[in-house]
Amino acid sequence: MYGNDFSAPNSAPDEAPGGLLGEVEAAEAELRAAAARGRRGGPAPDEDLAAYFAEVVDAEQKIEPRDWMPDAYRRTLIRQIAQHAHSEIIGMQPEGNWISRAPSLKRKAILLAKVQDEAGHGLYLYAAAETLGISRDELVQLLLDGRQKYSSIFNYPTLSWADVGAIGWLVDGAAIVNQVPLCRCSYGPYARAMIRVCKEESFHQRQGYEILHTLAHGTPEQHAMAQDAVDRWWYPSLAMFGPPDGDSTHSTQSMAWKIKRFSNDDLRQRFVDMCVQQAEILGVRIPDDDLRWNDERQAYDYTQPDYDELMRVISGDGPCNRERMAHRRAAHADGSWVREAAAAYAAKRTNKEKVAA
Amino acid sequence: MGWLTCERANQSAQQRGDGVNGPFDFTLALADDALIAAQRLAEWTTRAPEMEEDIALANIALDQLGAARLLLSYAGELEGAGRDEDALAYLRDDRQFRNVLLVELPNGDFAVTMAKLFFLAAYQLPLYTALAGCADERLAAIGGKARKESAYHLDHGALWVKRLGDGTEESHRRMQAAVDHVWPYTHELFAADPAAPVDPATLRPAFDEVVGPVLAEATLTRPGSAWAPAGGRAGVHSEHLAYLLAEMQVLHRAHPGAKW
Repeated sequence: MYGNDFSAPNSAPDEAPGGLLGEVEAAEAELRAAAARGRRGGPAPDEDLAAYFAEVVDAEQKIEPRDWMPDAYRRTLIRQIAQHAHSEIIGMQPEGNWISRAPSLKRKAILLAKVQDEAGHGLYLYAAAETLGISRDELVQLLLDGRQKYSSIFNYPTLSWADVGAIGWLVDGAAIVNQVPLCRCSYGPYARAMIRVCKEESFHQRQGYEILHTLAHGTPEQHAMAQDAVDRWWYPSLAMFGPPDGDSTHSTQSMAWKIKRFSNDDLRQRFVDMCVQQAEILGVRIPDDDLRWNDERQAYDYTQPDYDELMRVISGDGPCNRERMAHRRAAHADGSWVREAAAAYAAKRTNKEKVAA
Repeated sequence: MGWLTCERANQSAQQRGDGVNGPFDFTLALADDALIAAQRLAEWTTRAPEMEEDIALANIALDQLGAARLLLSYAGELEGAGRDEDALAYLRDDRQFRNVLLVELPNGDFAVTMAKLFFLAAYQLPLYTALAGCADERLAAIGGKARKESAYHLDHGALWVKRLGDGTEESHRRMQAAVDHVWPYTHELFAADPAAPVDPATLRPAFDEVVGPVLAEATLTRPGSAWAPAGGRAGVHSEHLAYLLAEMQVLHRAHPGAKW
């Protein structure tokens, strides 16, 4: 009994023509067009599989699970999709932290539905990863063992209600800027998953934006709460785009395979340019004294995030890494008797049906 | 379904014409059941035994919260004192809450949560179904919407009671303990209230009809204890509710008059 009772303010970030949601829709149209064009029927019996793979990718067609693909392509996708799925699951924690204390019933419903969406994204992405020949259970175990990562942004704490707004505006905003190009990824199941995820994420971003907008135009205490949240989340959000291009280990090959389409720094710039305008409407200040328009570059100059901090957080020493992992491990361990019971019950039912048949 | 009589509701709707609040207390009681159930269920978010279950519990919590909001808003209108859903949810103390004790009990393990969910749904389904046939149009509309959701909650709860009851040795032990723990609190659900739009006492047969077979199939024993804690409808709660409210209301109360 919950509907879409969220009303976007007139200044909602996605409503600008050519906004991010428009790009998601364009990617979806492209995907349909590519499917309609059809690929040349599979490789000839004596054809070089690698050459066929390259031809499909070059023609902006999608690689599908049944296709041959280079091992490294498969490994890269598993790593990336799994990391993305883990991020959705771990990312439920910082925002879930405020469900019980949400300051109105409407906000409580919106936040609960949002965190639920993230669980849905996680499931959807695990399913996409499974098309590459690895099971969800294996992936979950890799996360619990600390052998696969999740986005480091979720290792920061949510200290006030405004953090829920800042996560929506900045973290979801950065995620969308990162993910919109993935809607055109060469691997079909991932591209299709990302189209769906991006649509929901852009809705989440608007909700976060609206929370901050309400706070920034509320009481002085609420405005201070909003500014404090933006102050704390701005640089970690910039760091979400990864290390500067020169230091990025995975970029070049991923670009060639059309898994990745833009460099970390290009996406980061795009995010900054998008946020500056929105911050003005919101009535909050981006905490960067050197932020200014550069006429020559037609983009904003800005202060880089602290990449040493990013590396520390990635390697496990962020404010909440230990808590986030402990929480996930505890939930998994506490649920084991329930999962075992469900399996035992299902087995008994199967036996009964066999006996009956 | 013969037990769904709504004559009383018709009478009370007619009586309301003379300025009496009529179903205010009743509406508030249902609203509080749903709100507190939602708050407890939402505590499972990020903690459920499976990702699918995390989503399912959030779904049920959202259903309860949605029903609570409609009922609270209507209760506020019936009262006519200018209180909206948030004023009623955030600015009352525990002594003014009218929910049954069952919904405020801590979640416990997954079996306790499923026992609470199952028993609550087995009560809410006939309740909302009866409400849907009421003369009070607003309550009837809410009942009509909520009963479909309750049917799903009941399915979900019943399935888990069976899975856990007839699963492993450990799950059976835990599920029986959960039923033993929660069962005494079910009696309060059916305390007679002849003046209410739907007298809860009339819902007991429907509840028993659903619960008996599920417990039997789950190889669980229905407890015989005569202990029947109550008091929630009169605002006399367990020690747990004040903590739940303290957490739920803290931010709203810290900023009097603020918009969110």
